[in-house]
Amino acid sequence: MLSCRQATELMSQEQDRPLSLSERIALRLHVWICAGCTNYRRQMSVLSAACRRFGGGNTP
Amino acid sequence: MELDRQAELNAELNTLRPDLLRFARLQLRDAAAAEDAVQETLLAALTGSHRFENRSSYKTWLISILRNKIIDIIRGQSREITATSLADDEAGDDLLAETLFDRRGHWQAAAQPGRWADPDASFEQKQFWAVFEACLDHLPEKTARVFMMREILGFETDEICKETGISSSNCWVVLHRARMGLRTCLETQWFAGAGAEGQKSC
Repeated sequence: MLSCRQATELMSQEQDRPLSLSERIALRLHVWICAGCTNYRRQMSVLSAACRRFGGGNTP
Repeated sequence: MELDRQAELNAELNTLRPDLLRFARLQLRDAAAAEDAVQETLLAALTGSHRFENRSSYKTWLISILRNKIIDIIRGQSREITATSLADDEAGDDLLAETLFDRRGHWQAAAQPGRWADPDASFEQKQFWAVFEACLDHLPEKTARVFMMREILGFETDEICKETGISSSNCWVVLHRARMGLRTCLETQWFAGAGAEGQKSC
């Protein structure tokens, strides 16, 4: 079973490289039962959306 | 008529100049190089003959020119990052990890990530972007450089490895630390208290 710390590593790496099947399964199981990591994963999407807007000059 | 419009755009250029300079400084962390990139961008803008509907599309266009200038500068420089200089960045991150996780690697009760309320609404606020920039600026230097190459300038990790001379596994570690630092900064400086939910333990 992954720890939250390991799960956050995979949630970062999934943005930079394709995860292996076993990594994907382990991560999915962990996130499914962990509220903190569920929120963390959403935060990762917000972060990359923010970076896209910032890098595109699309800010008020 | 056409002259008026040109004068208007030139005035706009002056008001956007500080934004452009901040953007370039953040990416390059080198005041002189940032100044050069902005100068070249302004020159390109003044000689360009594009038409713009509004201020925001003008800004988007300027940033896209500037981004390309910054990418050229980065590709033209030797930006080798040594393992020892990355280790300097690491010390602070280990400290952060200790405040976030317990010894078994689970979230500390107080550090459990919250639900960020309505990020799209935050994106429309000037103040949010001031906090975002401050959080980027707050990252350790080498970490920030790798992160911005990846997320703001859109480099692939392979190219980051080539430009900086670090291994891909090292690159993933650095990007992870950057994201962790940045989301923690945004959570405490902006989103905290904005209706955090999901406080069940892990």
